Amino acid sequence: MDIEFLETLLLTFKLASYTTLILIVVGLPVAWFLAYSRLRLKPVVEALLSMPLVLPPTVLGYYILVAYSPRSCVGEFLARVFNVRLAFTFEGVLIASVIFGLPFMIQPLQSGLRSLPESLREASYTLGKSEAVTFFRVLLPNIRSSFITAVALTFAHAIGEFGIVLMVGGNMPGVTRVASVAIYDEVQSMNFVAANEYAFILFAVSFVLLTIIYSINTRQTSWKIW
Amino acid sequence: MEDLVIRIDIRKTLHSSDGVMTLDVKMEVPSGTLTAVFGPSGAGKTTLLRMLAGLTKPDSGTIHFGETVWFDSERGIDVPPQARRIGLMFQDYALFPNMTVEQNIRFAEADKQGGYTEELLDLFQLREFAKQKPARLSGGQKQRVALARALVRKPQLLLLDEPLSALDAAMRVRLQDEIIRTHRLSRATMVLVSHDLHEVLRLAHTVVCLDQGRITVAGDPQRVFSDPSISGKFQATGQIALIEKQDVVNVVTVVTGNNTIVKVIAFDSDIEHLSPGDRVLMVSKAFNPIIKKIERDE
Repeated sequence: MDIEFLETLLLTFKLASYTTLILIVVGLPVAWFLAYSRLRLKPVVEALLSMPLVLPPTVLGYYILVAYSPRSCVGEFLARVFNVRLAFTFEGVLIASVIFGLPFMIQPLQSGLRSLPESLREASYTLGKSEAVTFFRVLLPNIRSSFITAVALTFAHAIGEFGIVLMVGGNMPGVTRVASVAIYDEVQSMNFVAANEYAFILFAVSFVLLTIIYSINTRQTSWKIW
Repeated sequence: MEDLVIRIDIRKTLHSSDGVMTLDVKMEVPSGTLTAVFGPSGAGKTTLLRMLAGLTKPDSGTIHFGETVWFDSERGIDVPPQARRIGLMFQDYALFPNMTVEQNIRFAEADKQGGYTEELLDLFQLREFAKQKPARLSGGQKQRVALARALVRKPQLLLLDEPLSALDAAMRVRLQDEIIRTHRLSRATMVLVSHDLHEVLRLAHTVVCLDQGRITVAGDPQRVFSDPSISGKFQATGQIALIEKQDVVNVVTVVTGNNTIVKVIAFDSDIEHLSPGDRVLMVSKAFNPIIKKIERDE
């Protein structure tokens, strides 16, 4: 196996891991907010966060790319204040991947929280516990299977991300070239052996990972009471 | 002892399956007593309890706990449940499934040494289940855990929402004793929501009857439930099973508390407001009931 092959795989898993970690931090409070808020604008927020599920990656990828451009206000601000350019960088791809992974993290968490009886949350409040303590000690431990599902889906989805990476990051070896993009690239240059290696590894890793996670999930649900 | 009388004067519009109803309640709960809120389902009992707990916000009005203002719509005061120092036992008990019995109780204890948790485990005979998860407990055991947990912060007000509704008759009597014991032990003011007449008669010092969001009658349970204007020689309560029309009269079949079937003749005007499922009081005035000892062998 050559060094470029390993580099691409490493980058793929780095992108997926970072995306998942960031989405855990971002997704938990957002899911909590969506599960319990009575804000009138909530459907709008929910619709926006679910856009990656229905839109082709090229559409959001295009908007993200436009936003990164130094000619847009976001890109101009980033370049001026932080001297940061995001288009065709790993960081740029990471942010896009986080945006794209939002529904995969948030939806299982949100429906897990909604499935818990209201009384658990309220009981914790009447026992003098704050919202944060209630969330981490009462709610989260009781939606463990939803949490595992959310992390598994987000990671698996991020590993296979193709369109958004190609739009925002291009195909730069060691910087933005992930396995899915590499497969496409190798097929284009009629290099089917290399394409097959990438494809097999992606398939096998995703399959093994999901199987392990779902089998943990089955065991977890067996001792739950609802 | 500090005077912690609870003064409630609140209004809230409720949207239920039967349409819109206004809960309009003005009442006082004397310090240290056990008050029952009694009424049919949908009368607003649980909502009233939740307002006392700070879980549901009234549209307008005030709630005072002694000198403390818990809620005042005009002054914009709404003390959150965390700061009210109450204990609330939910209808479904709301035990945390991820914690053991002991962890459930200890969770709320302010003193991290957990001395009071230990005391409560012994008092409610929960020692042998201490390391078990709530899912493996029976209904009665769950209720004891829920009571112990509601008491661990030493609340000044203990609220019980239909505490015994999920249990069978034998278990009810046992757990009613538990509630009486809890009241003696904590000396907290207790408010209990119930639609069970026996429960109210057995437990409460005062009863507040709620119907369609309004207080219909309040006072001593014995007096409230035996209206002196009836003053019959023989009384029994029961539930209407059947109303049959026969020629000029109607035969109302009533099942009493101990599952005896009684048939009562009634005129059309008598049954105007009655329908199967209603709880009724049967009174006999003209005849002296015959009394007879029940033999053990029977």
